[in-house]
Amino acid sequence: MPKYTPLHETHLSQGAAMVDFAGWHMPLHYGSQLQEHIQVRTGAGMFDVSHMTVVDLEGERTAAFLQYLLTNDVARLKQQGKAMYSCMLNEQGGVLDDLIVYYLSDSHYRLVVNSATRDKDLDWLGMYTEEFSVRLTEQDQLAMIAVQGPQAIASSLSVLPEQCRVVASDLPRFCAIQYEQWFIARTGYTGEDGFEIMIPAKQAADVWSALQAAGVSPAGLGARDTLRLEAGMSLYGNDMDEKTTPLESGLGWTVAWEPPGRNFIGREALERNRAQGVTAKQVGLLLEGRGVLRAHQKVLTEAGEGVITSGTFSPTLQRSIALARVPVDSGVECEVEIRGKPVPAKVVKYPFVRNGKSLI
Amino acid sequence: MSNIPEELKYTETHEWIRSNSDGTLTVGITDHAQQALGDLVFVEVNAAGETLSAGDACAVVESVKAASDVYCPVAAELLESNGALEDAPELINSDPYGDGWLFKIKPADGADTSSLLNAGAYADSIAE
Repeated sequence: MPKYTPLHETHLSQGAAMVDFAGWHMPLHYGSQLQEHIQVRTGAGMFDVSHMTVVDLEGERTAAFLQYLLTNDVARLKQQGKAMYSCMLNEQGGVLDDLIVYYLSDSHYRLVVNSATRDKDLDWLGMYTEEFSVRLTEQDQLAMIAVQGPQAIASSLSVLPEQCRVVASDLPRFCAIQYEQWFIARTGYTGEDGFEIMIPAKQAADVWSALQAAGVSPAGLGARDTLRLEAGMSLYGNDMDEKTTPLESGLGWTVAWEPPGRNFIGREALERNRAQGVTAKQVGLLLEGRGVLRAHQKVLTEAGEGVITSGTFSPTLQRSIALARVPVDSGVECEVEIRGKPVPAKVVKYPFVRNGKSLI
Repeated sequence: MSNIPEELKYTETHEWIRSNSDGTLTVGITDHAQQALGDLVFVEVNAAGETLSAGDACAVVESVKAASDVYCPVAAELLESNGALEDAPELINSDPYGDGWLFKIKPADGADTSSLLNAGAYADSIAE
């Protein structure tokens, strides 16, 4: 039995091509993935991301709990509503998941984790809640709509409750506000400005319609993937997993080494990894020859073989791009094996696109 | 609902085949196939002159989402590919049975065409 979000009926009535995603029946596109991608880069698009798992953590020692479980340090969150991106590791330093943590008060934090890893994450968190006297509540009554694009904030404001419009219009990046059952965060997964809005499930369809009336077009998981890849954002299960450490996955910046005394799960393994020398690095690739880069294709470099972890055709750049894990000593020139033939490619810094503009 | 012109033949792997007056065949992918693939962004056809057996992969069409092989419907020689697709692969989405054709072939002597489907049989095969 697939799982349905509160917007399932809405997607069907809007003619979405549906696809199974981590057990959920989700919209892939509503006609054209390319147009939806361009709409988010140039106007405003909205995604149903209600399949994502929202977990509230409460208790006096919640900060200590998160400082032990996450690579990034929640002590850096001082301002109410402030968000932070982090990895959660196993003892070997492998990435269990990537997530966003919101600081709501000293005794209340909210996590948003991936739907594909929901069960594993809840089990993992659950192993430590007792030790830290943390109360964990999954907020599965919430729907979540991501409104993204240069027009996203302006178009969304009219849909928000009047009482929080002024605050929302001035919300700093990577911050959230709460108003009754509304949770509005200036976050996203596209490289564009916008909101991720959590609301009670029963209001989801009305909010969706209101956003549409305000000029926001529906977009599916297909566009979400090409947008995040252009934005150089990692996808769990593709670009990193339990077999890779953040240091090999381009996520070293999510590891807070300071203060040195903070012991988090995986720290010892990462320190060993660092002392021995990290052997692989995550890079961006631009295809120079013809074709389309795809996950699992082999990357051939002077320093040895690597692999593409995510690849696609970039609608903004009109050429193929990828994220790849390659030997740490590899240079700029490489080749990618596409259907048995080596095709020239070039290592570049990512993100590829930010706020509608090519960075290449 | 997808468009399935009566005058064409089809394969279960979603190619369409048009018989030309000079005995050659034009091949493309069906409306149903282009819908399933989504926006096409890349097309590559094997080199002209290649001798193919029925069922040989001889072209690749890639959408934003996935790559898919296209198969030669009958034993044949590959004559030419649609050069317009190199810069405009989206022609397959907008006009799958016209400007979005993929390649032309010359069937081998005595090539077996009996397994090709007519429009009704193809419609049934995608309804399953």
